[in-house]
Amino acid sequence: MELSLATRAVGEHTVLEVGGEVDVYTAPRLRERLLELIDGGARHVVVDLGRVDFLDSTGLGVLVGALKRLRSAGGSFALVCDKEPLLKIFRITALDQVFPLHPTVDAAVGADPAGAGA
Amino acid sequence: MATVKLSFSPAPVHVRTARLVGVAVARRAGVREDLLDEVRLAIGEACTRAVALHRQYGLSDPVLVEMSDAGQYTVRVVDRAPVEASVGLAALPPDELANESLTDEALTTGVGFALLAGFVEDLQVRPVDEGIGTEVRMVWPVGR
Repeated sequence: MELSLATRAVGEHTVLEVGGEVDVYTAPRLRERLLELIDGGARHVVVDLGRVDFLDSTGLGVLVGALKRLRSAGGSFALVCDKEPLLKIFRITALDQVFPLHPTVDAAVGADPAGAGA
Repeated sequence: MATVKLSFSPAPVHVRTARLVGVAVARRAGVREDLLDEVRLAIGEACTRAVALHRQYGLSDPVLVEMSDAGQYTVRVVDRAPVEASVGLAALPPDELANESLTDEALTTGVGFALLAGFVEDLQVRPVDEGIGTEVRMVWPVGR
């Protein structure tokens, strides 16, 4: 399935909904969109992986890149994921210790101090 | 025994095709349904790594994927990059993953290997028998 990307605002947060397959071929488009959002001023970004059915190391690399960029800009970055196969990927790579991972967008926004009251 | 061979020019767009074929052959070979996600991911990672190496070294040679169901499901992914390029592929500890100085390429390579090692119990990475290159060999049990 092709990569799909949709953006919406939840309070102070920018939520990027990703669907389909994120791999070595499609990951550059995800990187581009994240850079557009960050360059456009988004500082609190939540990436919703709820409709992703494949994620590889290239996609994980793009997500880490966004996390680093936002952290150095004083922002925040979180992921929404509740699918066991994807969660296993985060555990095996130890990236579950790097990313804030939440089961829902509401939980991700609520857990971020920037989201309080939003 | 059935063998399926796939050879593709080293472009990212073809990695998905290799994954689809690899999973189709695995299913046909009798690999357990609950292992197929891991087969898909591992073949994808091995092919992604081969494509990256070919591009890094400016090689237009095709990447070879060979799938065989002789007793077990064996997948070989063969690249033609100098063998020393494959050395030093180790999983990264968590505190290094978000390290500012780590390049995106190094991170992706490290994460890719962590996934291969984590998802494939029977994994070998070794120089090819003839010529230049490395073979990533992955084996899964067949549940028939």
